[in-house]
Amino acid sequence: MIKLEHVSKAYSAGIPALNDVSLEIEQGEFVFLVGDSGSGKSTLIKLLLKELNPTEGKITVDNIDLAKIKRKQIPKFRRNIGVVFQDFRLLKDRNVYDNVAFAQKVIGESGSHIKKKVPMMLSMVGLAAKYRSFPKQLSGGEQQRVAIARALINEPKILLADEPTGNLDNNNAWEIMKLLEEINDRGTTVVVVTHNLEIVKVMKKRVITIKKGVVVSDSKQGDYNDGI
Amino acid sequence: MVFNNILYSVKQGIVNIWRNLMFSLASIATMAACIFMFGIFFILVTNFNSMVKEAEEGVAVTVFFNEGISQERIDEIGDQIKARAEVSDYHFVSAEEAWETFKEDYFKGHEEAAAGFADDNPLANAANYQIYLNDVSMQSSLCTYLESIDGVREVKQSEAVAKTLTDLNKLISYISAGIILILLCVAIFLINNTVTVGISVRKEEIAIMKLIGATDFLVRAPFVVEGIVIGLVGAAIPLVLLYFMYGGITSYIAEKFVFLSNIMHFQSDAEIFAVLIPVGLLLGVGIGFVGSTMTTRKHLKV
Repeated sequence: MIKLEHVSKAYSAGIPALNDVSLEIEQGEFVFLVGDSGSGKSTLIKLLLKELNPTEGKITVDNIDLAKIKRKQIPKFRRNIGVVFQDFRLLKDRNVYDNVAFAQKVIGESGSHIKKKVPMMLSMVGLAAKYRSFPKQLSGGEQQRVAIARALINEPKILLADEPTGNLDNNNAWEIMKLLEEINDRGTTVVVVTHNLEIVKVMKKRVITIKKGVVVSDSKQGDYNDGI
Repeated sequence: MVFNNILYSVKQGIVNIWRNLMFSLASIATMAACIFMFGIFFILVTNFNSMVKEAEEGVAVTVFFNEGISQERIDEIGDQIKARAEVSDYHFVSAEEAWETFKEDYFKGHEEAAAGFADDNPLANAANYQIYLNDVSMQSSLCTYLESIDGVREVKQSEAVAKTLTDLNKLISYISAGIILILLCVAIFLINNTVTVGISVRKEEIAIMKLIGATDFLVRAPFVVEGIVIGLVGAAIPLVLLYFMYGGITSYIAEKFVFLSNIMHFQSDAEIFAVLIPVGLLLGVGIGFVGSTMTTRKHLKV
């Protein structure tokens, strides 16, 4: 599903953000990406979204060579990837329903389709009752659930989560991780960037460790002990 | 899907205006001021042009014939004049008519002095063609042609009047083009500013849209709609105002300044606004479109 072959990314002269990274993530996998701040994890997410282009190497997502995608095709490509962030990135002036519906509106879905789909998605993330609430009326965990619902409503094949539990307390963090696991169980490939090593250890998933732009370890499910 | 996208863009464009209400109102007000000034200028220029045209139509070229020329040859010359494109109208003035007009102009009240000439017409050689032109700037070339016609003794023209009117026309065109250009630039700059503010307010939303997979069109279109609506509303307000003002002012001038209405003939509401309304609206929409498109291209590299 995701394949990086000798990928490097340098922003300017000096140490590259990613250096000769090669890895492969299969369809339906759940993978943690761990590493210190500045290790290159966010750069990797941006490369997968084609927000950035690699300096060297080849990236393939869902059998698409990202180097060959034309600028006009990027929006369509991105519809295959859902993204959630540490800071949720919800629209503060819109309620839960509108935040989720927004993702459908911007890809041109009809009003009747949106009316059916949004309640289903909100039920899945456990927020059906709060569809009228605004982001500031929700807890951090609930806001992250809205962000997940928005990321998933267009049925992407891949979900990228960049520090999804970074702003959450322990209980909420676990709730979100359980939700991501459920999503993965339904067939979506999930890639989670995190600092939370406790979660990583307990969940026993595949863990890729990046240090100073280089993949230093790639542990199979349950093999991860310490990492960094 | 295309229909949904257009619907979304229009809705979002109007929401943008509502969200940045103060900036939008400021833009609409300035756009309205620009179109109002354009309208006033247009009305002045159109009326002035029509008055100049009227004056032009009153400027005649007079063609005198050789002594002893036959009526047949005079008619032939008449046909040659008629064939010229720059000629709007012409008529023949016989020697008798010329003498009658002269008597009326110069011997009015002293008819006994004119009677001294009895049947001896002192203007026996003054039969002529009075020629009126479509465009007074063509007068000089027409005169050169007339002078070359066999049987023509003299061609009289009012060169100073023709030159003044031609120069005046040119001056008006240059000034109007200059002012319109300045107004266009000011209006485009203002729309630019409003849309830039809109973009910075919605920076987060735009970033999310891009990540979700919104097309370039869908990211940019609401801002272009915003610009067009501002342009349209900003143009409609002054046009309505001018429509009601114009009728009032022209009737006021006609009533209060009778001497002016004798020399100035204003164009009717219908004549002025049949052109001003579509041009004004198109200008507003055009400025809105160009201003917002320029801004989205600059700030929204999707």
